[in-house]
Amino acid sequence: MESLTLSDVEQKYYSDLFVYCDVDNTKKVASNGKVLDLFRAAQLSNDVVLQITELCGATRLGHFGRSQFYIALKLIALAQSGLPLRVESLNSVKDLPLPRFVVGKNEQESRHTAMYPDTENQGPYSSVIPRPPGRVPAKKLSTHEVIQPCVSAVEPQPDTTSPVVSPHQSPPTSPHAWRKHKRQASGGAVDRPPAVAGAAWPPFREAQPGTHSGDGMWASHSPPPVQESWVSFTDTPPSSTLPAVHPSSAQESTTVRTVASAATTNEIQRQASGYEDPWKITDEQRQYYINQFKTIQPDLTGFIPGSAAKEFFTKSKLPILELSHIWELSDFDKDGALTLDEFCAAFHLVVARKNGYDLPEKLPESLMPKLIDLDDSAGVPESAPEVGFSSSPVEVTPNKSPSMPSLNQNWPELNQSNEQWETFSERSSSSQTLTQFDSNIAPADPDTAIVHPVPIRMTPSKIHMQEMELKRTASDHTHPTSPLMAKPPELSEEKKLAAIKFPGSTVGDGYSSSDSFTSDQEPISSAVTRQRSHSGTSPEGLKAVAPPPPPPRPHASHSRSSSLDMNRNFTAVAAGQQAGVVAFPPAVPPRPLPTQTSVPHGHRPVDGDGLPAHSSTSPQQMPEQPNFADFSQFQVFAVEQPVDDGDTQQDGGQVEKGVDAAGAVRATKNDTQAEERTPATVNSAKGSTPLAPPPKPVRRRLKSEDELRPDVEDHPQKSSVVPGVLATQASIPRSIGKDKKAIQASIRRNKETNTVLARLNSELQQQLKDLLEERISLEVQLEQLRPFSHL
Amino acid sequence: MAVCVAVIAKENYPLYIRSVPTQNELKFHYTVHTSLDVVEEKVSAVGKALPDQRELYLGLLYPTEDYKVYGYVTNSKVKFVIVVDSSNTSLRDNEIRSMFRKLHSSFTDVMCNPFYNPGDTIQSKSFDSIVSAMMVQSS
Repeated sequence: MESLTLSDVEQKYYSDLFVYCDVDNTKKVASNGKVLDLFRAAQLSNDVVLQITELCGATRLGHFGRSQFYIALKLIALAQSGLPLRVESLNSVKDLPLPRFVVGKNEQESRHTAMYPDTENQGPYSSVIPRPPGRVPAKKLSTHEVIQPCVSAVEPQPDTTSPVVSPHQSPPTSPHAWRKHKRQASGGAVDRPPAVAGAAWPPFREAQPGTHSGDGMWASHSPPPVQESWVSFTDTPPSSTLPAVHPSSAQESTTVRTVASAATTNEIQRQASGYEDPWKITDEQRQYYINQFKTIQPDLTGFIPGSAAKEFFTKSKLPILELSHIWELSDFDKDGALTLDEFCAAFHLVVARKNGYDLPEKLPESLMPKLIDLDDSAGVPESAPEVGFSSSPVEVTPNKSPSMPSLNQNWPELNQSNEQWETFSERSSSSQTLTQFDSNIAPADPDTAIVHPVPIRMTPSKIHMQEMELKRTASDHTHPTSPLMAKPPELSEEKKLAAIKFPGSTVGDGYSSSDSFTSDQEPISSAVTRQRSHSGTSPEGLKAVAPPPPPPRPHASHSRSSSLDMNRNFTAVAAGQQAGVVAFPPAVPPRPLPTQTSVPHGHRPVDGDGLPAHSSTSPQQMPEQPNFADFSQFQVFAVEQPVDDGDTQQDGGQVEKGVDAAGAVRATKNDTQAEERTPATVNSAKGSTPLAPPPKPVRRRLKSEDELRPDVEDHPQKSSVVPGVLATQASIPRSIGKDKKAIQASIRRNKETNTVLARLNSELQQQLKDLLEERISLEVQLEQLRPFSHL
Repeated sequence: MAVCVAVIAKENYPLYIRSVPTQNELKFHYTVHTSLDVVEEKVSAVGKALPDQRELYLGLLYPTEDYKVYGYVTNSKVKFVIVVDSSNTSLRDNEIRSMFRKLHSSFTDVMCNPFYNPGDTIQSKSFDSIVSAMMVQSS
């Protein structure tokens, strides 16, 4: 770059100008509209300006660096002095007056008048730039005409130098709120810029600080909104006070933004890149919008009331209908006020419309307010008061509130996040914020397994059952339902079931209690019974099953979570037995337990079955549930075989045996049948079931299902169903292994029985609950009476 | 499934009226106009009570052999009238109510638009789209 020596005055002046133009503080004034305006304000012909631009090297660089800028200024001074533009003369000419930049006010008027007849401008433009159809007329300032010469002058230039390019920098951010926004020649066609650029200039002239009448003139440029050209609001603010800029320079800035041809190149290129998203707001634009926003509402997190926004946008001279449409698009939360994002979107749309782009039907993604959201919740209440005054029809406001709730329903349709709506004002949150809503449905962790009915797949495989059995016996506490596990201590305290001691029952206790009664202090009996049923199944089943993907959901018949838990337990129990889902609640502590003091402790909880009682009560229960007997055979989990296979039950190792399984199952079932079912029945059932230990996995499955179901059932009638099922299933046993179809049939049957049993289970659960309540009340009475007894 | 939707201002002039174009629009305009009397009657009947107690949804204003007319009035005495074709499977009351609710909410959105002057005809595209949705679904 040519060296340039400046006098002090010049230095100062130029630096002021540079600062003025360097709005973005980038130390380089890229084809800044300001620069162009400035140059234009120098009242030099366009070609001179272009020449200057070239000379100063901006063409080469594509932007005005400080030095280029200074050189340009110097050249301007030269030109204004009438001296030929020579690089050499930069330093040679002494006493060069400072470049003068004039804001031609009179030009404004002329421009105003000329503005409207757009057509004339279009003529010349069309040759240069294909105007978008439907360009809003009357937006062009008359300056277009002025520009035309520029355009023509510009044309010859290499396309790259799009004169227009309007200033990349946002217009002076000074409180000129209404500063003319320079229109950027949006990239699209390089050839466009010239025309656009031309158009940009004039408007800027109008921004005479202090003098302007504030006639909102919008220069609309045709450049595709791709690059969002700036709309210039010719506006009132005489208050526009250029920041710290020489008054003269202030004028310049507002006036000429001649395109520095070179400078524009970059812009054009940049703009072109924006094509992907035609509605994207560039940073400069956004910055400009923000500044405008500030002028209306200093608080960036605040809102612009509708009335103020109305005035603002009316200045754009767009038809009210279109403004109304723009408002509808941009007021995301429909609160009658504009947040910063909404305002930017609205402004952007206005700019686009001024450029001749049709308004979209829906708000484009990139314009959607993003940050609405939870952060706004603080802002939302603030908006509430604003809403009041923002909405024109006051009466509507109150209506709005009541109707707001209904709006919520609409919001999702609008792809707006509903977050805002949450805070009263029913502002629908932007779609982006929707995600924030996502209630993270935390996966049910084992500890809270009870709360979340996690369906557990009962793997019917025999191996599974075996595993479960083993596991159960081994480590009861591995039961996923930790709550259950937690229960054991409580349960153990239960007196009633005290008798029922299951070696491995701790787990079962845990299960039973937690399972069915969501950690209520279940009567031990129930717990115990459950234990039994669970013990074998739950730990094992659960262990085996829990990790795997959730099994089919427990039947809907389980109304209570507890019952669901129970289901889970049952499923666990029946894991090995059923292909089905029903997780039978761990053997509901059979009512009989209290009644049957002899609750079979005998139920060796070996398997962890909670059915110890069952065994003892089995005789009693057996008659009731003859069918259970069948199931018990299938009890995989060494539910303590109440009756017969006590031994088999006990050894966990016997899990493999179908009998064990049966017994376990039966026991489990019995358990579930809180009151009536006694292990006896189970036992008897088990005993009755002729099923030999041959634990055909299939059969076991079938049976377990059947057994479990009956367990759940309170009523013999149901159990009758079960037996039927069992019977059918029993008949199958042998064939299963052989015939695939048979297996499938058996599976089907099992599922049927599962459902039946599940239903039974739920009913039993209910009964159990009732009984437990009774028990509790009795205990309370007992407590009350105790002191007296001591007396 | 509205065949015609109308929004009538407090002063009983239409702010917005739209019918399924296939039919004779004039007939619907007339129907809506006459239904205003029924609305007034209903409003005044209930109006003795506090406005709070007055329900916005007026229900079936009157049925004819061809269609049914439902009414809804807001607290600001803006009336919504929906004409439904009887031949359509009769819509449940709830559906009509929800239609009115939607209308009301989009009406408030229009009102909130600072560029809308109360008393002007409603020219909002979003309002139009909502109404179209209501009419399209029916026919």
